[in-house]
Amino acid sequence: MGLLKKINALEPLWWSLFGLGGMIAAFILPVHLFLHGIAIPMGWVSPDLLSYERMMSVLSSPYGIIVKLFLFSIISFPLFHAAHRIRLTIEDLRIGWLNTIMPLISYGGAIVLSVITIVVLFYKLS
Amino acid sequence: MAEEIKITVTRYNPDKEAELKTQTFTIPYHNDWSILDGLNYIKAELDGTLTYRWSCRMAVCGSCGMMVNGTPRLTCSTYLNEFYPGEITIEPLANFPIIRDLVVDLTDFMDKLKEVKPWIIRKNKSDENDTSKEYIQTTAQMDKYYQQTLCINCTLCYAACPVYGLHPDFIGPAVIALGYRYNNDSRDQGKDERRKFLASEDGVWKCTVVGDCTEVCPKHVDPSAVIQRTKVDNATNWFFSFLKGKK
Ligand code: FES
Repeated sequence: MGLLKKINALEPLWWSLFGLGGMIAAFILPVHLFLHGIAIPMGWVSPDLLSYERMMSVLSSPYGIIVKLFLFSIISFPLFHAAHRIRLTIEDLRIGWLNTIMPLISYGGAIVLSVITIVVLFYKLS
Repeated sequence: MAEEIKITVTRYNPDKEAELKTQTFTIPYHNDWSILDGLNYIKAELDGTLTYRWSCRMAVCGSCGMMVNGTPRLTCSTYLNEFYPGEITIEPLANFPIIRDLVVDLTDFMDKLKEVKPWIIRKNKSDENDTSKEYIQTTAQMDKYYQQTLCINCTLCYAACPVYGLHPDFIGPAVIALGYRYNNDSRDQGKDERRKFLASEDGVWKCTVVGDCTEVCPKHVDPSAVIQRTKVDNATNWFFSFLKGKK
């Protein structure tokens, strides 16, 4: 219970991450969805532009760190956005026991996935 | 034959019966009658026991709020012609305990209202009684909070707020809006004092941005936006005190 109390006391942090993630999900992710989901399959953009080899060489270039930070932001912050939203939805559904542990599951999940993202981006791909 | 309209109202008299009931009245229809005029007609001509609150009948006092066909509205500024030839159902404001018929118990709201300290607070307490000093304000400074001064405490936002319905401890839209009104008044210095209440667990963080409060507000106080701005303010404050090592 002590841990859950501590998580709840961090509400300003969760809410800020929620806001930031929401901005990214609303403004940046659609650009990627458009590029990868529509423009390339439709042939408007050459698939070579975002090919695996090309991407890998960008990542290992001196600018790689900026790309990695960018990738981290568009993956991690929307996770926190989703975590907060799902937690509040569960709260509205009033499922007592789930409600109590939801902060742990949702924010914990977002933290774990963010750590995995960091490991993949900064260790596996270096 | 003169035109008529049907109004169905909630009836509740705990002295006689534990159950809520409804009763339908047929009243003459006048294009320029408000719903409150209709209720007054019922009380004067059809059933003098019908109980409801009202006072100013001009959207100023905030006492005539009721659920009109399921939406919280001021009955003095909602007109029969909006519904005619349909029927109208009037219920007491949602999310509050019912005292009798269309009258709800606002004790919870009144208690919260006091807690947000909706008055000008000065750090130097003697300022509050010192009438010799002038506190000049520019129109730009007044613009920062003027919109929120328009709140008439009608509690329609509480009846509309699903979060308040689920968690009655939530301090709610109007009270937060009034806290904001004083926090943003250049003459006020009570922001930190109010923060304990506004940023508490039952404060702004409980809001899930449904936005119905803003939708139903008859005075366009926009509580929803104000709550989000208060969240930003409290989050910023939280980060700074975190950096300073206070948390
Ligand atoms: S009677 Fe005063 S606001 Fe309606």
